[in-house]
Amino acid sequence: MNAIINYFSEVINGGITLLKGMGITGKHFVRAPKEIITQQYPDNRDTLTFGDRFRAQLFMEHNEENQNRCDACQTCETVCPNGSIEVVWHREADPETGKKKKVLDKYVYHLGMCTFCNLCVLACPTEAIKMNKEFETAVYDRSELTKVLNKPGSKFSQDYVDKTIGNK
Amino acid sequence: MYDFSKMTGAIHEWLSSLMPSVLVTTVEWILIGVVFLALFAILGLVLVILERRIAGFFQFRLGPNRVGPQGMFQTVADTVKLLLKELVSTDKVDKFLYNVAPFFVIIAPLMIMAVIPYGLGLTAYDINIGLFFVMAISSIGVIGILLAGWSSNNKYSLIGAMRSGAVIISYELSMGLSSLLAIVLLAGSLNLNDIVMSQEAGWWLFRGHIPAVIAFIIYIITGTAETNRVPFDLTEAESELGAGFHAEYSGIKFAFFFLSEFVNMFIIAALAATIFLGGWLPIHIPGWEGFNNIMDYIPGPIWFFLKTGAIIFLLMWFRWTFPRLRIDQILTLEWKYLLPISLLNLVLMAFVVMMGWVF
Repeated sequence: MNAIINYFSEVINGGITLLKGMGITGKHFVRAPKEIITQQYPDNRDTLTFGDRFRAQLFMEHNEENQNRCDACQTCETVCPNGSIEVVWHREADPETGKKKKVLDKYVYHLGMCTFCNLCVLACPTEAIKMNKEFETAVYDRSELTKVLNKPGSKFSQDYVDKTIGNK
Repeated sequence: MYDFSKMTGAIHEWLSSLMPSVLVTTVEWILIGVVFLALFAILGLVLVILERRIAGFFQFRLGPNRVGPQGMFQTVADTVKLLLKELVSTDKVDKFLYNVAPFFVIIAPLMIMAVIPYGLGLTAYDINIGLFFVMAISSIGVIGILLAGWSSNNKYSLIGAMRSGAVIISYELSMGLSSLLAIVLLAGSLNLNDIVMSQEAGWWLFRGHIPAVIAFIIYIITGTAETNRVPFDLTEAESELGAGFHAEYSGIKFAFFFLSEFVNMFIIAALAATIFLGGWLPIHIPGWEGFNNIMDYIPGPIWFFLKTGAIIFLLMWFRWTFPRLRIDQILTLEWKYLLPISLLNLVLMAFVVMMGWVF
């Protein structure tokens, strides 16, 4: 007798759980037209939204006076696992103190080798480089993937560094 | 209700006045064949795009919406692609069986479509053993699947085909023996047109109350298994077997298998609508005279396709809700649960009919 009761209660329980599942998907179906998560990408290029931690490619920040915050310390070059950063520099005497200091010539970034691990951004003591959200990086020739990040004629400015990162 | 036999009769008389009777029969055969092939192709195209859009909504996606308005022509484009694709076959396939298998699979639903009543007087082949004919012919599809798996010379195809055989043959039992037979007891006829006409006072699903509802649930479960759809899709089981029995097929031969799956779904839904939901009869609510009169103006085929569409939506809902069962779970479900319950249900239904406890 017990076995028969068990048998039928199993069947009924099974039916109830199936109905519960169908209830959930049914609710989804009704709510779907308002809550579709598909991004229709090329159409919605202007309204695309990204997550806070989305990383597309490396760039160097400049201010209006064409100054950057890179003092050519090469920490990023050392820390990069793929060698996708090359810092080209020379020594130059500081006009005020007369001390010889590193000066940045070219900040070469090989996008083709970059894995977007963000280590360079974390390592930079002056927050000179950052990751932006420009993800459309396809080009027709591989040589175009090698980029120079510092703008032509831009200079390092200690004031700009102090203003940005304060007295941390 | 408009009687479509007037229209078909007029066509018959017009043809008879033009040519001898032997030619008339031939021409009529060809006409009916063309109509059904067209219906077959249209059903395939429409059901595939519907399934994909509905699946999208179940998962908060959009589904294909690029080709034509709301993606309506996506399946047309897919069909053109499949028609133009090269027919590849592996070495050591059993050439004859490999080529003949898709036709077995596609002929079974095409033959069943002939006996389904789409409207008053709108049945291609009105025979007195309609339901029996359906059950008998639907078994031919299994042969096609088994042949495809066997002749492909691929162990995964063979596993898929054998699973399919096991599932379909065992689920046919509780489908034919009990759930359909329960309604035959009520209607007192195997002829599908007579079954529809016997529901003029109300659908068997409601008039047969408890046993009819149990029969309907069992029919829907077994119907899903018969068409190899999720959650009984272990014949294809993408994660285990690649594509199962049609893994070695390409181009239009693959399209045949794909198409027949969707048309089989339509047939299962059409039978459910015919037997349980009153087929092409309009919805009537006793006492609401005005409402009933308005409903009578909507033609029968539209009612038929509306009811069928509702069942198809239910099957799609199953597909995007339930996870796949293992082969042992499927056979346990059939032999330990569905078959005993449906046999008990048949006895219950016989008792109900004997006592006249039908509304």
